[in-house]
Amino acid sequence: MDLRLMTAEPTAAERDAVDKVLGEPDSGWVGGLRRAVDGHAAVGGRSIRERRHQLLPALHAVQSSAGWISQGALNYICRRLTVPPAEAYGVVTFYAMLSTTPRPPRVAHVCDDVSCAVAGAGGLKAALERKLGPAGLGTGEVTWIRSPCLGMCDQAPAVFLQLAGGHDWAIGSAEPDSVVSGLVGQTPAFETGDSSDLHVSSGGPLLARVGKESPSDLGDYRAAGGYSALARAFDMGPQAVIDEITLSGLTGRGGAAFPTGRKWQAVADAAGPRYVVANGDESEPGTFKDRVLMEEDPFAVIEAMAIAGWAVGAEKGYLYIRGEYPLATQRLGDAIEQARVYGLLGGNVLGRGVAFDIELRRGAGAYICGEETALFNSIEGYRGEPRSKPPYPTERGLFGQPTLVNNIETLANVLPIINGGGQAFAATGTPGSTGTKLFCLSGSVNRPGVYEVAFGATLGQLLDMAGGVRPGRRLQAILVGGAAGSFVEPDSLDVPATFEGLGAIGASLGSGAVVVFDDTVEMPSIVGRIAEFFRDESCGQCVPCRVGTVRQEEALHRLIEGPPDGQVGLLNEIAAVMRDGSICGLGQTAATAVQSAVALGLVGGAT
Amino acid sequence: MSGVVITVDGRPVETSADLTILETCREEGLDIPTLCFLENLTPANTCRICVVEIGGSRALVPACSRRVESGMQIKTESERVRHTRMMVLELLGSSVDLSLTPLVDQLMDRYGAAPDRFDGGATVEEAPTIDNQLFVRDYAKCILCYKCVQACGVDAQNTFAISVVGRGFEARIATEYQLALPDSACVFCGNCFGVCPTGALIPTTEYEMRAAGTWDEDAQTVTRTICPYCGVGCNLDLVVQDNRILKALSPLDHDVTSGHLCIKGRFGWQHVQSE
Repeated sequence: MDLRLMTAEPTAAERDAVDKVLGEPDSGWVGGLRRAVDGHAAVGGRSIRERRHQLLPALHAVQSSAGWISQGALNYICRRLTVPPAEAYGVVTFYAMLSTTPRPPRVAHVCDDVSCAVAGAGGLKAALERKLGPAGLGTGEVTWIRSPCLGMCDQAPAVFLQLAGGHDWAIGSAEPDSVVSGLVGQTPAFETGDSSDLHVSSGGPLLARVGKESPSDLGDYRAAGGYSALARAFDMGPQAVIDEITLSGLTGRGGAAFPTGRKWQAVADAAGPRYVVANGDESEPGTFKDRVLMEEDPFAVIEAMAIAGWAVGAEKGYLYIRGEYPLATQRLGDAIEQARVYGLLGGNVLGRGVAFDIELRRGAGAYICGEETALFNSIEGYRGEPRSKPPYPTERGLFGQPTLVNNIETLANVLPIINGGGQAFAATGTPGSTGTKLFCLSGSVNRPGVYEVAFGATLGQLLDMAGGVRPGRRLQAILVGGAAGSFVEPDSLDVPATFEGLGAIGASLGSGAVVVFDDTVEMPSIVGRIAEFFRDESCGQCVPCRVGTVRQEEALHRLIEGPPDGQVGLLNEIAAVMRDGSICGLGQTAATAVQSAVALGLVGGAT
Repeated sequence: MSGVVITVDGRPVETSADLTILETCREEGLDIPTLCFLENLTPANTCRICVVEIGGSRALVPACSRRVESGMQIKTESERVRHTRMMVLELLGSSVDLSLTPLVDQLMDRYGAAPDRFDGGATVEEAPTIDNQLFVRDYAKCILCYKCVQACGVDAQNTFAISVVGRGFEARIATEYQLALPDSACVFCGNCFGVCPTGALIPTTEYEMRAAGTWDEDAQTVTRTICPYCGVGCNLDLVVQDNRILKALSPLDHDVTSGHLCIKGRFGWQHVQSE
């Protein structure tokens, strides 16, 4: 590669931050001291270029040290990894958490997405504007900016504090004072970040340990039966494990509901090397179940990944976690370290001669990176743009190799399937939706939280579990499946929250988000926020989504504010091209919620 | 590669499994429109105007990159296909200046596209970037087809001076930190404007003559010759008006260049005009 770098140099601090991730440079060719041999032997080529997957970790290091990514810092990273600066810049500008212009080092990302809007995010933003100035414009040490859903809808309104020089932090039930003191005060140690705000209700195995066992103690996890499933899986052999998963009827819990066993089999049947990727980039508005699993039961996620690796014949796993989950990131990182120490990851897992290890990768603020192929690109150090399918990940995924990619909740289900058998798992729930499901109840309910129920419960039963709407209020609408899902009205409370039940009324279960709106909520602004979300989060690659999400938002505004004539027809036409013509699921579902809101008359009056 | 039989618009068609849907349809004489596709580049599948309907597939699929498979049932002009093409044209036409995009008016007519339905909506309008003497970057005309990035990168030049930057509707083609081209890795091969389908990248000569109203395609001839600079033997298509070389292109199907040139073959013709 004919690499031409910029002329800017890094500061000492920027260089240190990069070297902490990449190690000290070992020659003058990659930014280190010039050695005598460098004059007649070049260092570089494939061995350096193959380190490109360290681009995002290196960018994170600079961002969290300096608060932004200067030309000098980017240039140094490019020199270290042999990445063209233009490409690296394309990557930096893809992510909301990375800044290419100087900005205050301490930033509050204030969620004003659907659940937080219901919980008073508007008032919080207004107060912050009075205290800190307009969004993004703080000139000193602190500023605040608006954020899409932070996955803390059970503790709305939520704020994510990105604190350069310290560690990032998220606060729930945020108030203006707690945000400001979080920005200017001492960052709390992670150990003090307890789970007191957590509201979970376990009706099955997935949440059985949550709130009871320490998420930081491998001994606790093993005492509670942890790692029995992995030992059992080793005894069973890979194919028997896959057969059990297939028998269980487990389907993907990330939103697409693909049969998990079929996916595992396809990867196992493909020629290696193979990879396992756990998708913890939970970003669907209204969804926070994977965060709870990763924060409260990290060893289970790791154990399930090891079982997946054994079953499909992969020795390396990546756990991609969204950038706005600092506590989960810390706990998973810690859990991976402990598992390595005790021989539960590494070259000889459980002393059985099986190799499997996990690398934790942190996203940087992009909803689209939850799309599996975009996630691969993100790990590999490219822009998080979805790839065209086929080829599917099972054939050509991460680094071009057969890859098993599963959602966190899907993986969590593997343990009870191996422990209790696929048949028993399949006996729970309904024939079309086996097992239990984590539902994320938020919005206008008395007890927002994660609720685990055997498939079959109706929307009304879920609502009752969460304590219903507040006294004196009336249920207005429910958003099922997140921003990519659909609105339903109170007349759908008897519908079972199953794949087939919701499918029958033209809705979908999606990720399991159930956002409830009572009669005090102004629905047009909620629907408008969803349209804005998709406009912001479109990667920009294909025309239907890049321009369609903009035109959808414009037409929706005209429908709400006038002149409304013809806008419904226009919205339908935009929806059709996004659904039919977009590359990936983001564009294909970007109109679903808006369409359902229009059909129900939640915006623009009855139609 | 083995032969496969597929069905195109109800007719059985025998083709080869290593061909794309687009290649097969073109062999059959079907006119599938493309914008981001070019024979000498990896399909980017971004414009989505070439989509066709395939039996069993929920979404439409891009003909430019999808390979044929035995038994595929393809509809190239179904209602869904026509609607998507119309909307792609309207979404682009309402947000981008397509005035220099060849044949776009015919496409608009063919699919009944009326971009003015979206008048008043957001556009990518911005002033042209003129930071060097050789070509102008007028990104108000950019449909983000990725071709220039590919030509600058692994598909041809391996220079990597430009990238898609930003996200969503704000995404643009740019150098690192929007540096001026002379300060970037750009080597001024001009292969980016050689593949640009919308005139967003345009030689300065053409840009200035268009502005002055002296660009007259009816008065132009194209002469094929061989570049005399080195021994590689690149074919050149010299565009000439009033006995003046206005721009140098290279035929896409030339097995030496695949349509790409270097700075000398692309721009080094001023001496021919010297008196």
